[in-house]
Order: sequence, then structure tokens, then C-alpha cells
Amino acid sequence: MLGVISNIQRFTVHDGPGIRLTVFMQGCPLACWWCHNPESISYCDVKDAGDNLRFSVSELMKEIKKEQVFMDESSGGVTFSGGEPMMQAIFLEEILRACREEDIHTAIDTSGFVLSDAFHSLMDKPDLFLYDIKVINNTLHKKYTGASNILILENLRTLNKYRKNVIIRIPLVPGITNTKENIHDIKNLLLELPNIKKINLLPFHTIADGKYKRLNLENKMQGIRPESNANNVEIRSLFTEAGFETSLGA
Amino acid sequence: MNDRIKSLKEKSLNAEPYMSSQRAELVTEYYQSDEAKGLSIPVKRAMAFKHIMENKMLCVMKGELIVGERGLFPKSTPTFPEISLHSLTDLEQLNSREKQYFIVDEKAKNIYQEKIIPYWKGKTIRDRMFRKLSDEWKLAYEAGVFTEFLEQRAPGHTVLGKHSFKKGFLDLKTEIEEAKLKLDFCNDPNAFEKKEELIAMDLAADAIINFAKRHAARIEHIIKKESNPERLAELEIMRQNCLNVPANAPSTFWEALQHYWFIHQGVITELNPWDSFNPGRLDQHLHPFYTKEIEAGTLTKERAKELLMAFWIKFNNHPAPPKMGVTLKESSTYTDFSLINLGGVKEDGSDAVNDLTYIILDVIEEMRLLQPSSMVQLSKKNPDRFIKRAIKIIKTGFGQPSIFNTDAIIQELMRQHKSLEDARNGGASGCVETGAFGNESYILTGYFNLPKVLEITLNNGFDPRTKKTIGLKTGDPSTFKSFNELMTAFQKQLNYFVEIKITGNNSIERLYSKYLPVPFLSLLINDCIKNGIDYNSGGARYNTNYIQGVGLGSITDELTALKYHLFDQRTFTFRALKKALDADFKGANKMQEQLIEETPKYGNDDNYADDQARIVFDMYFKAIDGRPNTKGGSYRINMLPTTSHMYFGSVIGASPDGRNAKQPLSEGISPVQGADRNGPTSVLKSATKIDHIKTGGTLLNQKFAPQFLSNNEGITKLAQLVRSYFKLDGHHIQFNVVTADTLKKAQAEPQKYKDLIVRVAGYSDYFVDLTEELQNEIITRTAHEDMS
Repeated sequence: MLGVISNIQRFTVHDGPGIRLTVFMQGCPLACWWCHNPESISYCDVKDAGDNLRFSVSELMKEIKKEQVFMDESSGGVTFSGGEPMMQAIFLEEILRACREEDIHTAIDTSGFVLSDAFHSLMDKPDLFLYDIKVINNTLHKKYTGASNILILENLRTLNKYRKNVIIRIPLVPGITNTKENIHDIKNLLLELPNIKKINLLPFHTIADGKYKRLNLENKMQGIRPESNANNVEIRSLFTEAGFETSLGA
Repeated sequence: MNDRIKSLKEKSLNAEPYMSSQRAELVTEYYQSDEAKGLSIPVKRAMAFKHIMENKMLCVMKGELIVGERGLFPKSTPTFPEISLHSLTDLEQLNSREKQYFIVDEKAKNIYQEKIIPYWKGKTIRDRMFRKLSDEWKLAYEAGVFTEFLEQRAPGHTVLGKHSFKKGFLDLKTEIEEAKLKLDFCNDPNAFEKKEELIAMDLAADAIINFAKRHAARIEHIIKKESNPERLAELEIMRQNCLNVPANAPSTFWEALQHYWFIHQGVITELNPWDSFNPGRLDQHLHPFYTKEIEAGTLTKERAKELLMAFWIKFNNHPAPPKMGVTLKESSTYTDFSLINLGGVKEDGSDAVNDLTYIILDVIEEMRLLQPSSMVQLSKKNPDRFIKRAIKIIKTGFGQPSIFNTDAIIQELMRQHKSLEDARNGGASGCVETGAFGNESYILTGYFNLPKVLEITLNNGFDPRTKKTIGLKTGDPSTFKSFNELMTAFQKQLNYFVEIKITGNNSIERLYSKYLPVPFLSLLINDCIKNGIDYNSGGARYNTNYIQGVGLGSITDELTALKYHLFDQRTFTFRALKKALDADFKGANKMQEQLIEETPKYGNDDNYADDQARIVFDMYFKAIDGRPNTKGGSYRINMLPTTSHMYFGSVIGASPDGRNAKQPLSEGISPVQGADRNGPTSVLKSATKIDHIKTGGTLLNQKFAPQFLSNNEGITKLAQLVRSYFKLDGHHIQFNVVTADTLKKAQAEPQKYKDLIVRVAGYSDYFVDLTEELQNEIITRTAHEDMS
């Protein structure tokens, strides 16, 4: 079994606890306007689809284990991000099992847009879910991500039901996800899920502009400036006051 | 920082480096005197030292709390004509050169012309050295295969131990008397020489006591003119201090600092030991005085800080003495490398960090001075608070403190057969050099240019720059069938040059032993008094010689490129490569790009490349480690460059790693600039594939942008990164926190800053890969953070 991987990043420090290695897996069913990794959306990138991006489980484990001393020292681990890592469910399951055998902490950074069967089969495998919530209004969700959020919300309820370790990640995109209505909706949704207590707010930034230019892709966020910090802090207070353990920035 | 310290610091920062001829005059005067005739050399050296200390001009400045200047005033720096003599042309050059200049006035030039040059010409150690050294040595030296540390500076490279804070020089005089009584003139053929040495040490002790007393008299004179009652009270204590120390052991915190400072003056005036001298484990030495006085209510934390700040300024007043030629190139800095050690473990192995450690860290942060340098020794036993506090200072971006692995240092010293207690009392000095403080003479003898040896191997013994055959004929590399054959040839050349270097060292060491003993320094390092033998003749408990390997990253990438392209992939032939190298890649741009971009590189945790680092390191270790020196000790290796990687690069043509002719080599054990593309964890992994415990120090530099360290989480993770490196037995790491200025340079010259990582909003990237707009944003933000 081979995994298709767009990039491996070492010494990542914001994708879960400790010092981590992040595996960016290729392919994503969504196409969010603000995506920071537009090159990882298509299942097989036309330009870079060389064999060098395909890893077997043992090859990838070799790369992961190179970082073990740092993971041990910092209680870190490995994070599977993307793209949507759960799209490569079989490979992901195998690599998660291999990590568990080595006692390596694992996290999945997911959009939640995954078929229920696949989701159920993977649910017990990682130590942590970094679970993205973007827009609650489904019409708007479809507009900005290209897909419905029904599956996403259903999968989140499943994680809550089975008391999985989850950190909700909310990208604060100006005028799209950070609107009063949307923040209010997200808060109400999360209040219904008693086992979910942690939120990580991700301020919008323009770091991917260069990638869009380089890859000659349309950048729908062209000209949108990052929100003032005060606004983001206000949103954090809102969640904190509602009883969530909320961090801002990453 | 109060007004007094501000004003003293200002004076220090504004003072211009000035060459003083006074010491040269005094030492020449003594050597020419009738009194000097017929004395044994050690006694003559001690008497000359005494003559200087009893006659040199004193400097006590307004508001000072610690007194003693080597020159006439801050940054006034003497010369040492016994070792190497500045010519009139040298003096002109010193005065006019752009970097590391010294003002030389007409008076000094006249004194040199009339007195100093006529007397010392042909008699200096450097003259004697170059008369004795072999042609092979000179060829290799001129080609830039190695440098010679002792051509312009004396062996020194040692650090004060804790016993020196518990004894005064009157105590040492008693020890000398006891040692004299034990001399056995019947059965010990060296007893007569030992007696002379002990007499010399005794005279040197008198010299420093008298030097202090002269300061007491000078202060008494100032007291008569002072009207401010507060200052008067201070001056009276200072006068008492100069009468008490260093004759007796210090009894107060203030005395302890003044005591050390007189000792420092003595060591750096007697000769100009390389890597000056330093108090070593300062927080350990001072802690008993601090605690006692805080409990008694005779000292406040604020006063202790003020005294430490005054002490710091004294170091900054003392640039390294004027260097010339290759010595300047290998060490082009004013820094005299006094490296204050903090933290680590106590003699019993327990955590040594104490409340004074943190106070000294505060002082370092507030003073932000070039000198003294500072470092923290981090043991697995030290608390996280300690390393985090150090990182908070590092993030302010002035390169201090650097971080050392105590647990590795102890293993390194134990491997060299030091006792466990001596190892635990040790640390690092100079740049990164491991030593048993107070007990060891550990002489650095010169840098060794590893990539140059490969260049000579690839040219079958011929040096393309000096156009001379300087090495062995190890065969035409185009006939080599395998990579192993190439490595065998390289090893032969390596061993050949190491033997030339060591043969040269042996002859130079004898010269110092014979002509320039250091009775004053010998008083300080165990067991010179007990043995009746000078520091420069093997009197110390441990006597180690180092040859410092340079360019590990470069040679690893060069060998890897040869292995990969010539033997494994067969991308091109040796002849084609040689032609491109000879033409400095002109007309061979594609090949150069392949060598740079399509070749495994050291620094990426890739064994294909890192294996070569291991092989070269092991060869270098085997060539040197364990060979005897002339002082009853052994040769060891360490891996550090100071600034020699620039000089060594300048003598090498284009190289197989794609580097153009004359460009700098990699520094320390860091990867070639821009060759590491997988971030810091991979660099640390690559760097620990060599066995640091077999060295006496390695140097690793890492760049970081300050944003990463802007919050507690970043600081914690950097601390964890350091702890991980040390778990892997890494010896030392220093973080270069990148300033806005550097980022601007990176923007202008991206090819030189390919490895610069910046972190913004949770995402990390190579700075040069970012859009110009974003680069500007980061620059602005960094500039803002720099100011705050």
C-alpha cells in the first residue's frame, strides 16, 4: 500500500502537542477559498506526481522515526494533515497502527468531510483529532468550500458520542467564517456537544499568496487583509466565556 | 542599570582601541638591565613581570568599583615583543586597517623604532620558531593546510578553578616554601630547575601583591581629593580591598570580584595567552560570598548586581592584543574569549543552578556587551526555568549566552582520564573548548583545513594555489576504481599533514618551555607549585593539546558529491569534474547546479551524506587522538573554526560540492550554508552522527527568527529542541536570532540565505520562498520586535 504525500514538514509546533512531524497527504474533497495548501487539493498533482511523493508505510515510518528523540523529549508526535488525510483511509489506518506500535503520538488534521464508514473505521486509531469547523450555514458552506457540511457535522457528533480527544480548529476568515452569525452558530453547535471542550482559533493570513501565484491558480482571497487582532481576541473571549478552553493563533 | 554603570559602560563603548608601547618598553628595559644578566630564565621572566607590575601606569576611573587596567586606559592594549615583534609597517597597518584597528601614535612608533625593534629582532619566539620549522611545515602553512596558534600568542587557554577563590597569594607563597623544602637535590636530577621555577613563582606572587598595593596607594591619593561622603566610603572599601586581595583569600563578594580581576590582570600582562583567561564557573565561585553577605545584611541584591556590572565593563575594556597576518585572519575579532560559565553541576554531581545564576543572567541581558562572552551549562539535572531564562536572553539577538551540554563535557573529560570531580568542576572556554578548570593546560595549537587536504588529494599532492607539490603522491584520482580508493588516498594525505603539524608543535612547545615560562600563571593552575614545574613545561595536572578541525560540512558534501556522481551514479567522469573545478565552473554551470541541487547534503539527516562526515571525523580522530605531546599529556581533537573558515576557504579553489573558488567553508560542525533544507531537527540529527564525546568541543550554529520565540510556547519548544540535541550527546549549540537587518540582506541576496526559516502565523517557510510582500511584512514586524 502506498500513500501519496505532498510534503513532510519537520519541527512543526502548532499541529498538536509538542514538537511534531507533519505529513501533508495529497488530495482533498473540499476546495476552500482560503486554502493554504492549494497544491494538495487534487488527488494527483499534475506537476509533481513523481514517484518520490509515494511512500510505503515502512518508508514513511523511517522518516517519522528520525524525529523520535524530539517527540519523546517534548511529548510530541506525528500529525497527518493535507489535503484530507482520511481520503487515503487504508494507508492512513496502516500508518496509524504502525505509529501506535512504536508508541508515537498521532493526530489527524481533518475537514471531517469523510464517508461515515471510513470515518468509523479510523475513529479509534489516532490519539487526537484536529477537527476543522468552517461555516454552519450550509448554503454558505457549499459556496465557500464546494461541499455540504452535513457529513462533517455528523462525524463530529460521532466523535463527541464516543468521547474522542478533539480540538476544534476554526479558521477566522474575514467576512466568511468570522461573521457574528457564523461564530454564534458554531458556539451553539459546540454547546450541544458536551465532550468537546477545546478550540483553537486560526487567524487568517496571506502566507499562501505566493503559492497561488507560483502555481498560477486563481486566488479567491486576493486583496483580503488579515483581521485586526482585537477582533480575533473578541471572538476568543466569546468562546472562553461559553466555557471552552480556547487558544488563538498558531 | 544606574547612572554610574551607564557612564562607565558608555566610556567603555566609546573608547577606541589603542596600542600602548608601555609594556614592551618595560620588558625590554628589564631584559637589558644588569640585574637581568645571569638570572635563570624563569627568574628573569618573573623579575620582568614584577618590573612591569611595579612600574606600569595605573588607571582608576571616576565612579569605578573594580580597579585595574592592562593598558593605560580602557581599550589601551599592550604588545608582547618576546613572542612576536610588530614591524614599523605592521604598526602603520594596525593604525590604518579598517577592521580590528588599533590607534598607534607617533610616540609609540618612535619607541618601537629606537628601543623595541633593535633589541628583539631575531630573538622573538616567532623568529626562533620559523628558524627551526621544517620546509614541509612552511609549505603546508603557506598553502593554508593549517594555522599556528602560538606564532603571535602564548599558550594559555586555561580557566581559573574554585581553589583560587579560597586562597590568597600569601597562601601560595607558603605552598611554594613547602614545595621547596620537599626538593630532593640528591635523587631528583631536575631539583635545581624546580628550585629556580619555585623562586620565580614566589617573585610573581610578590609582583601581583605589590600591584594591588599600588592601587591602594593610588586610591588613598584620590580619597584626599574626594568630598562626596558616599563616594568616600566606597573608596575606603576599595582601598581596603586592594590591601586584602589578592594577598589574602577574599572575604566579601566585592573582594572576590576584585581578587579575580587582579589575577586576570596578572595573567594577561605576563604574556598574551590565547583565549585570554576567565573566571570559569562564576556563579559557583561567588555564591558562598553572596549568600553569606545577604544573610548578614552586608550586601543587597542590587549592590551585587551593580558590582557584577562594573566587573563586566572591565572585561569589555580589554580587547585581544593586536594580531597580524594569518593570526588575524583565523581570529578576526577584538574579542578575547573570556567565557563566563553558569549552571551545570556541582562537584558532588547535583544541580548547580542557584539564585546568583539568575542574577548573573540578568546582568548579561542588561549589559549586552561583546565581552565577556557568556554561556550556560545545561545538565539533565538543571531545571527548565534555567534554560528558558537563557533562551529569553538569546531571543534579544546579541548571540549570548550559548548553550553547552554539561553531561557531554563530563564524559569528554572522563574519556581523557580526568577524575570525576575535576570533570564536574570543568566546563568550556574560548569558543567551545572543554577543560578541567583550575587543573588543566589545554592548548589549542592551530586550525586544520580538512577540505584543503582533499583538494591536495585530488591534485595528487600538488597545491594549485601556491603551485608547489606539498603533499604525498597518492595517485591520479582519474585512475581510482572506487570511492574507497579515494578515501585511502585522502587518509594518507591527512596523516601526512597531521604529522607535519604535530612535529612543528613539538618544537614550538619546547621553545615556550625554554624561553617563555609563565611563573605567574603557574601559581594558579594545579599542580604546578607541587611539581615545581612551569605551566608551559607540563606542570599542570592535565596537559592537553588540540588541533581544531575545520570544514566538516564542506568536506562531507565534497566527498558525498564525489561518491554520488563519480562512483554511484556515474553522472560524469573525474576528468570532466576536474576540468570544471580548474575553470571555477566557468562553462560548467549545469554541472555546478547538479553538484549543488542534485546531490545528497550533510544537514538533512540523510545517511548517504552523513556517512562521509562520520568517516572523515573518525580518520581525523585516529590521526590525532592519543599522540603524546612534550608535556606528558596527549593530543585531542575538537571541531571549531572561530573565523578560520573564511581564511581556509580563501585558499581553496572551486570544490566538488559546487562551491566557487575562495568562498568560505562551512563553520564548526554546521552544514554548508543553505545545504540544510529540512529544518533544525534534521541538522541536529546529522550533527550528532559524529561522536562528540571523543572531542574536546564542537560548535553548531542555528538561525532562528525572533517571531518563533515571541511566546512561551516557542521558548519551551526551543528548550526541548536543545534538550533533545543534548540527549544525543551534542556538545554545544548557539542560536543566531535573526534580526530585520539580516532579513533585508536575505531579501537582497536570497542565494546566500536559502536555509533561513521564518515562522509566521503557525506556518513555517523558508524566507527566500515567500513573496516579496510577505517578506516585507515579516521584516517590518521583526524590526518592530527588535526595538521592543
